[in-house]
Amino acid sequence: MADSNDSPVMGKEFLKGLWKENPVFVAVLGMCPSLAVTNSAINGIAMGLASTFVLIGSCALVSLLRNVIPKPVRITTYIVIIATFVTAVDFTLEAFLPAIHKELGAFIALIVVNCLILGRQEAFASKHPIGLAVADATGMGLGFTFALLSLGGIREVLGNGSLFGIDLFGAGYEPWIIMILPPGGFFTLGFLLLIFSWVEQRRKLRTQQPS
Amino acid sequence: MNELVWIFISALLVNNFTLSMFLGLCPFLGVTQKLETAFRLGLANIFVMMITAVAAYVLNTWVLIHAPYLRLISFIIVIASAVQFVEMAIKKLSPDLFKALGIFLPLITTNCAILGLALFTTNKGYGFVEGMVYALGAGGGVTIALVLLAAVREETRILNIPKMVQGTALNLIIAGIISLGFMGFAGLFGSH
Repeated sequence: MADSNDSPVMGKEFLKGLWKENPVFVAVLGMCPSLAVTNSAINGIAMGLASTFVLIGSCALVSLLRNVIPKPVRITTYIVIIATFVTAVDFTLEAFLPAIHKELGAFIALIVVNCLILGRQEAFASKHPIGLAVADATGMGLGFTFALLSLGGIREVLGNGSLFGIDLFGAGYEPWIIMILPPGGFFTLGFLLLIFSWVEQRRKLRTQQPS
Repeated sequence: MNELVWIFISALLVNNFTLSMFLGLCPFLGVTQKLETAFRLGLANIFVMMITAVAAYVLNTWVLIHAPYLRLISFIIVIASAVQFVEMAIKKLSPDLFKALGIFLPLITTNCAILGLALFTTNKGYGFVEGMVYALGAGGGVTIALVLLAAVREETRILNIPKMVQGTALNLIIAGIISLGFMGFAGLFGSH
C-alpha cells in the first residue's frame, strides 16, 4: 500500500489532524469528553488514548467494509462497530487499570457518542482505502489526545499546583480550585480557542501585508 | 417521597447534566442562537429522556442480566429505534406536537446526555419510578441550561464584540460563568 507515491499523501492525512484540522481546537468536535474528564493531565491522556484506539480500530474496519455496508443503514452500522470497540476498551481498562477506569467512569462508555469518531467514519474512512483511513484516524486521535493533554495539564497546574501528580510550586501555592471544577473546563477551552483564533488572525494579517 | 424529591432536585440543579457533567454540549453550543428554539429543544430532550428511562429499565430488568456485555450496543439501538417509533406515532396522533419537536428528535437521539442518562440510571440502580423522576429532573436541567445560554446569546448579538472573541470562544466563557453560578447549588442539601 505505502509505495513512494502514497507516502507523502499519507503523511499529509496524518499531520492535518495534529494541528490544521485539530478536532478540538479547530473543528470543536468531541466536546463532552474533552471537558468532562480533563481535571488532570493523566486523565486527559487516558481518555485521549482510549478514543484513539477506538478511532483507529473502527476506521480500519469501516474502511475494509466500505463496499459491503449498504448506504441506507450505514450510520447504524458505524455505531454498532464503534460500540463494539468501546466495549472492548471498557473491559480492558477495567481489568488492567482499575484506578483510571474508576476516575473516567461512564465517560469511557460515552466514547460511543463522541461525534469526532462517527464524523471520521462518515467523512473519511467510508471513502478511502485502509492505509489512508488508518493514517487519518491516527492523526486525528493523536490530535485529540494532544488537545486533552493540554486542557488537563493547564487545569491541573492551575487548579492543583501539580502536573502528573508531581507537586510543582511547593506548599506556598494557593490552588485555583475553580479550575478543576466544571466552570474551569469551560473557561480553559474558551481561552485556548481565543489564543488559537488570535494566532490565526495574526497569520492572516501578515500574509495580507507582506511589506 | 423525600428520596424522589432529592433525586429530582439533584438532577435538575446540583448535578446539572450540561453545566456540571458536560453532557450534551453539542446542541448546547450549536442550537442556542434563539431562545424559542432552545426551549423547544429542551422539551424534546425531556421527552426523549423519558423514553430512554423506560427503555433502560426494560432492558436492565429483562435482558441485560443475562448478557451484561451487550449493554452499550443494546442501549443505543433500542433507544434510537424507540425514539423513531414514538416519532412516527406522534406524527400520526398529534401533528402540532410533531411540528414543535419533530426536527430535534433525530438530532438528540445519539446525544451523550441521552446515553449518559441510561448509563447513570443503571449505575445508580434506580427502579422504574426513580428512573422516571431522574429523567424528568435531568431533562429539566438541560432545558434550563439551554434557555439560560440562549437568553444571554440573544443579548450579545446587539453588542460590539471584538471579532476574535466571537463564536465558540465567547459561548464557552458565557457557559463557564453560568456554570460558576450553578456551583452555588452544591451545598443545597447539606450533608448530601
